Amino acid sequence: MARKKIREHDSKRLLKEHLKRIAGIQLEIRSAQVTESTDFAELANKEPWLSTTKLVVKPDMLFGKRGKSGLVALNLDLAQVSQFVKERLGKEVEMGGCKAPITTFIIEPFVPHHQEYYLSMVSERLGSTISFSECGGIEIEENWDKVKTIFLPTEKSMTSQTCAPLIATLPLEVRGKIEEFIKGVFAVFQDLDFSFLEMNPFTLVNGEPYPLDMRGELDDTAAFKNFKKWGNIEFPLPFGRVLSPTESFIHGLDEKTSSSLKFTVLNPKGRIWTMVAGGGASVIYADTVGDLGYASELGNYAEYSGAPNEDEVLQYARVVIDCATSDPDGRKRALLIGGGIANFTDVAATFNGIIRALREKESNLKASRMHIYVRRGGPNYQTGLAKMRTLGVELGVPLEVYGPEATMTGICKQAIDCIMTAA
Amino acid sequence: MATGQLFSRNTQALFYNYKQLPVQRMLDFDFLCGREAPSVAGIINPGAEGFQKLFFGQEEIAIPVHSRSSNIFSDFIYSIEAACGAHPSADVFINFASFRSAAASSMAAMKQPTIRVVAIIAEGVPEADTKQLIAYARSNNKVVIGPATVGGIQAGAFKIGDTAGTIDNIIQCKLYRPGSVGFVSKSGGMSNELYNTIARVTDGIYEGIAIGGDVFPGSTLSDHVLRFNNIPQVKMMVVLGELGGRDEYSLVEALKKGKVHKPVVAWVSGTCARLFKSEVQFGHAGAKSGGEMESAQAKNQALRDAGAVVPTSYEALEGAIKETFEKLVEEGEIAPVPEVTPPPIPEDLSSAIKSGKVRAPTHIISTISDERGEEPSYAGVPMSTIVEKGYGVGDVISLLWFKRSLPRYCTQFIEICIMLCADHGPCVSGAHNTIVTARAGKDLVSSLVSGLLTIGPRFGGAIDDAARYFKDAYDRGLSPYEFVEGMKKKGIRVPGIGHRIKRADNRDKRVEMLQKYAHTHFPSVKYMEYAVQVETYTLSKANNLVLNVDGAIASLFLDLLAGSGMFTKQEIDEIVDIGYLNGLFVLARSIGLIGHTFDQKRLKQPLYRHPWEDVLYTK
Repeated sequence: MARKKIREHDSKRLLKEHLKRIAGIQLEIRSAQVTESTDFAELANKEPWLSTTKLVVKPDMLFGKRGKSGLVALNLDLAQVSQFVKERLGKEVEMGGCKAPITTFIIEPFVPHHQEYYLSMVSERLGSTISFSECGGIEIEENWDKVKTIFLPTEKSMTSQTCAPLIATLPLEVRGKIEEFIKGVFAVFQDLDFSFLEMNPFTLVNGEPYPLDMRGELDDTAAFKNFKKWGNIEFPLPFGRVLSPTESFIHGLDEKTSSSLKFTVLNPKGRIWTMVAGGGASVIYADTVGDLGYASELGNYAEYSGAPNEDEVLQYARVVIDCATSDPDGRKRALLIGGGIANFTDVAATFNGIIRALREKESNLKASRMHIYVRRGGPNYQTGLAKMRTLGVELGVPLEVYGPEATMTGICKQAIDCIMTAA
Repeated sequence: MATGQLFSRNTQALFYNYKQLPVQRMLDFDFLCGREAPSVAGIINPGAEGFQKLFFGQEEIAIPVHSRSSNIFSDFIYSIEAACGAHPSADVFINFASFRSAAASSMAAMKQPTIRVVAIIAEGVPEADTKQLIAYARSNNKVVIGPATVGGIQAGAFKIGDTAGTIDNIIQCKLYRPGSVGFVSKSGGMSNELYNTIARVTDGIYEGIAIGGDVFPGSTLSDHVLRFNNIPQVKMMVVLGELGGRDEYSLVEALKKGKVHKPVVAWVSGTCARLFKSEVQFGHAGAKSGGEMESAQAKNQALRDAGAVVPTSYEALEGAIKETFEKLVEEGEIAPVPEVTPPPIPEDLSSAIKSGKVRAPTHIISTISDERGEEPSYAGVPMSTIVEKGYGVGDVISLLWFKRSLPRYCTQFIEICIMLCADHGPCVSGAHNTIVTARAGKDLVSSLVSGLLTIGPRFGGAIDDAARYFKDAYDRGLSPYEFVEGMKKKGIRVPGIGHRIKRADNRDKRVEMLQKYAHTHFPSVKYMEYAVQVETYTLSKANNLVLNVDGAIASLFLDLLAGSGMFTKQEIDEIVDIGYLNGLFVLARSIGLIGHTFDQKRLKQPLYRHPWEDVLYTK
């Protein structure tokens, strides 16, 4: 869904291939990707330049400031690169408060250079913002006042005239080349449904533009138009987001269906768990537990929407209940089966899957002293709520049920009161 | 954008990509509000043209359906133009197209001078496409609601698609008559929740819009708040924002610049994002945790600082709305809304049945197959079993015709009968008719049935009669002599006996094969033995009165039914009486007739004309 970051390796692959196609510009860049499964000998066979040039190696993990963090090595031969990677692959690093292992590296030819240019393109509501600077590189933030920016409205096309303010101060001998490059990159940006693209820096090699560092973000809802152009594109999870086995099970389920199934564990030892219908409502339930001061007890974020079928709901609910009931510690827990008033989703039908899962997990629910709170409205909600009430009696598990007459998040407070009372 | 009211009690819409439920719900809402004309003027639907029947209260009405003129994709533009031309009063375009085609059809609609508002329901429209729609709408003074939305509603006047859910909910939230609150949210799901909340603590909604959860919605929260500000009947606004994006800041700017004169109660959801360690994408495309500016906390604070009423949590939103409304009442800003009782909407039969309130008789009964559930089944045997166990056509016939699994020797016998009767050359009347029809350039089905329609008492229909007479005679204990002479007295030829070519010394090979099979596999062949005794007697009268293939199949089928032990006497009588055996011949011969049709088509044979020389013209 929506804007997805892609790896530097893919950004460069797409740029090189399509700049040639759309603007006739041949970029002399090369890059190779290294992961845990890479065999260096095999890679050197496939990419002979690796053995004949001096190289640069750096993590390709969707985080920036790699130079500043000492994660970029320059001017190495392939053996040294292999050593560099070996020392760091799978090792945890901390970036922007997120700790996670490095799993992917990018190797490129080492290109000595003096001039570093900055170029970025951002898709905005009414058009695109394009920024350019002659003072790019790792000091870009310190030199932000030197960055020139234009805003190109959606209905306007990129011409020499619109581009002019960006490059007005460039020496004449490079101005034409860079103008042509910016226009070409923008054409690729639009044609491939990029929502963000940044080169910091690019340089000139033999007078030709040469991106050294690149970041890209694609609009993945446009995948149906770009199947061929994007090729075998990967959308990695944000850095630091390592999926637990349960989370990746749900993630896999989500990718297979047209409905939406989301599940993130926030605190495995938390005592308040949620399973909420609807993109808007699910966020609000998590908010409310936090806003009431019990963020530390919130076990997870979970959302299901877009009318998943009974079997999908069943598989989904099993996972949520398993996590919510794991390692009983004798203290009470709460499960919020919440949702707003649906516009068109059949409430009773989606509840069927949840009810089957609850019935299967009866002993786990009892062992973890689970208290269940249900709130939902919408088509056929009376039937759905009645089934839930019957289930509570049948299982002998504390289960309270509310409809649209109650506030949506009232059960959050009840759940907190429940787990905070002694015994 | 800005300016005021988008809809009125006379607003009419065109509905693109027909969906029964949302259209019916719009019409039910219209009826509830006492609208005179339905709010859906026309439907544009690929592959269907004419009229769509729908309910308007108790009455059925027919809404015109406009189709693509052909299957060429770009022709949807033609059908949108045609529909707009036919319904010039419709100025709202409700687009239920998929995310693949929503942008192109919306653009085509916006280019029509009659269309003012386009609502896009699909989730997953590419950002770049939406941006084109936004740019066009801005320079041409049009309004886009969505994508990724349920739509919006003006209470007592007009409703888009599924907005506000069921009729019960609409009545509960008093959406059939205008209140004083303007509401706008990103989430479509939450809009319904808030209609309920607002109805609980105020005089209700005047207008509610869900702008959709995308990064770049076609119209923004502030667009609608500024519009509400210009509608005199709206006395206060409620805004439900979401983390991600900066849309709420344009509202902050408008508030700061004093452009909004009415109280605004606002809440931005997503305060929980800080609990996540890495960047997260929530349910909506636009709801992505990013920089501090885009966080719910920062937006709530900015709105608060700009003068909006912002509670401390979502839970306190209802209280804040209540307080703000009550203050307006105290200040005399709000005139009491005259309460009306909406007319009752008759419940749909399907939902009434589902809830167990009514029952209705069925009009068709079927006992042989069931296509509901995971896979189709024949007489209770699922398709997978039929394939996995290697069942043949004979087994399938046994399931669908006799509703039971007959032993393999029986189903194999059925298959042999079908193979023997599949064709009998091009000269027999059935095949001849098929050939003539195929050569007249008619299609497969016409050629096949013209051959099948020939089957009757003189062609192919003898098996049933043979079975009936043999069975009757044997069961009554008639000797072959009594039987044959009795028939003769009645002037009936004994069916199953006699052949045009075959003689006592030149038996029909097919008959011999059937008899051999039955002797080897059948537990009893009493009917066949009786038929042979009859043949012995008839042969004594004439050399060509042999047992023919019809007679053999008929008598052996009686043995199959009686000897398998799987049919009661009553069932056997019924099978013979209904004429099952004729079915066997029709099925078998269809194979040959289809073959003759294909043969003639392949040979490109011209129209058949019978030669004059072959007709005796006489007075």
